[in-house]
Amino acid sequence: MSILINKDTRVIVQGITGKIGRFHTEEMLEYGTNIVGGVTPGKGGETVNGVPVFNCVKDAVRETGAEASIIIVPPPFAADSIMEAADGDIKFCVAITDGIPAQDMIRVKRYMRRYNKDTRMRLTGPNCAGTITPGEALLGIMPGHIYMPGRIGIVGRSGTLGYEAAAQMSDLGIGVSTSVGIGGDPINGSSFKDILQLFEDDPDTDAVVMIGEIGGPQESEAAEFVRDHMKKPVIAYIAGLTAPKGRTMGHAGAIISAFGESASEKVEILRDVGASIAESPSDIGNTVQRVLKAA
Amino acid sequence: MDIHEYQAKEILAGYGVQVPRGGLAYSPEQAAYRAREIGGEKWIVKAQVHTGGRGKAGGVIVCGDEHEVNDAAGDLFGKRIVTNQTGPEGKVVYRVYVESGVAIQSELYLGYVLDRQTQRVMVVASAAGGMEIEEISEKKPETIVRCSIEPAVGMQDFQAREIAFDLGLPPALIQQAVSTMMGSYKAFKELDATMLEINPMVVTEDGEIFALDAKMTFDDNALFRHPDISELRDKSQEDPRETQAADRGLNYVGLEGEIGCIVNGAGLAMATMDTIKLAGGEPSNFLDIGGGATPKRVAQAFRLVLTDKNVNAVLVNIFAGINRCDWVAEGIIEALEKDPIDVPLVVRLAGTNVDEGRKILAESGLPIIHANTLAEAADRVVTASKNHAKHNIKLVAAS
Repeated sequence: MSILINKDTRVIVQGITGKIGRFHTEEMLEYGTNIVGGVTPGKGGETVNGVPVFNCVKDAVRETGAEASIIIVPPPFAADSIMEAADGDIKFCVAITDGIPAQDMIRVKRYMRRYNKDTRMRLTGPNCAGTITPGEALLGIMPGHIYMPGRIGIVGRSGTLGYEAAAQMSDLGIGVSTSVGIGGDPINGSSFKDILQLFEDDPDTDAVVMIGEIGGPQESEAAEFVRDHMKKPVIAYIAGLTAPKGRTMGHAGAIISAFGESASEKVEILRDVGASIAESPSDIGNTVQRVLKAA
Repeated sequence: MDIHEYQAKEILAGYGVQVPRGGLAYSPEQAAYRAREIGGEKWIVKAQVHTGGRGKAGGVIVCGDEHEVNDAAGDLFGKRIVTNQTGPEGKVVYRVYVESGVAIQSELYLGYVLDRQTQRVMVVASAAGGMEIEEISEKKPETIVRCSIEPAVGMQDFQAREIAFDLGLPPALIQQAVSTMMGSYKAFKELDATMLEINPMVVTEDGEIFALDAKMTFDDNALFRHPDISELRDKSQEDPRETQAADRGLNYVGLEGEIGCIVNGAGLAMATMDTIKLAGGEPSNFLDIGGGATPKRVAQAFRLVLTDKNVNAVLVNIFAGINRCDWVAEGIIEALEKDPIDVPLVVRLAGTNVDEGRKILAESGLPIIHANTLAEAADRVVTASKNHAKHNIKLVAAS
């Protein structure tokens, strides 16, 4: 078991006929992801890697019974694609696109509220590496082979830093139930708290690694959730100890603009609620191992 | 992207926000001429630099006649304005704005931000204008009024009215305040701003409301649909290294340290800097070269990092996901053979085809210090940096 996706999840790729869309479709198929279709307006009827292409999400869902979608669409059109997925009965959507205007994302979030909270599509990203349930399915752009199947959940903003953590864990023989990227943008679909909730409820996850960074309130909100609702151990690392205030560090959302948004403040908040802190990014794997031994 | 005060005021004026009469000048003579055009008895000469806190840093000068305007502008041109937002190198003044002085009765604060908690636009206002919002929230938090804007319908007149009354404005001024707030909101929304600040927004002795200072920041991700805003970019206000990097699709932020960092991915780049710090060194930069890490990008990254003369060692940390370590290794070699560097270099590769990548580097015969893990990489680059600083000699790797 796992959260969000498994080997049976029927997936469509929005933007499947683009160069990047094609490349990652092939990678995901190779990993074993159950990709049942793709969407590119005007290219309905074509195939990519043997996968049928549809003109719109509704057609794809009707013909294939797709439940999940991955969005690999250029930034000017990505918000529209996310809303199309939400309206097309997709249950879980991963938005990979980096560079979506913040006000477009505000519109997306507002639009999604028209659907009942319990049946509303779950969105992760944008500007994320995706979600992987090792050994089952990969809905993203990460290198699948570095993740070992297991019982630790990972939730983080960053792509390569997430790989770093997964690789450290694999080296120590620690496997992952599901790894979820929530992305580096200021306005995102799911927060740390949302994903922690899913891991807390997942019988096949024993502990969660949370990889945060400077900027925004979501790590602090997650800390409150850890304090009030989590029984499973949480291991946390926050990137950006050396980041100066007021500068954007690569990710659009990685900017310290208010109290409580620096790495050291977030670390303190998380430590206070009992999370095990990896002081250095090179200690993430060791910290997980220590926590598991103590449990 | 930031713009200048005069540009923000021009935009806001187009949305019905009242601003004092003013004009831009590129020389003291132009400034004096502007003063004559504007008329009146009092002028403010303001340095146009991308930072707040200009007043305290000597960037705003009040003048009583044209000669004073001429002299004030003369003082400002070429001056470095150093504030707590600019870093020690400051921002150089190439443009000044000459503005008609107004008789101020009270100073207010009006700001618009993208609030990440509510994921909406938030209006923040205070009757205690003239100081920075951080200072207001520290010293006079009770004066701050907040209003969250429903994205589907936008800001409504009643919300602006409520804010105006909360600010303690008299009934005669409410309509003007509402126009100012609604116009500012419209500009913020239509032009994809991420921050708009009118500070101070003043009430004059004649009972008028003016935007006395204005600051706008725009969403870089939305510039594709605002070519008119892109045109307002002033590269003289940016760190030249950052401009150079941005023009090549690299993401660079200059810092004070001495260890150059070349990393793929923003999170890993921050984490690499953190590890260097924990190992006792100071990073000279943040640099994310993206997923590709092609030879061309690696070569550009080396050049960029080494333009900082404080750099005495470089760490390359690549986690190959989609790409492969052997390609990255070939890229590094190609870059170094074309353009040798004279500071020690530590390379840490991880991910896909890592063994092939390390082998290629080892067999290249280049003086590269290898590291297997992030911690090892940080330790080695800090040691190399200290040795290099001590002896200032070229190190040949033995690994």
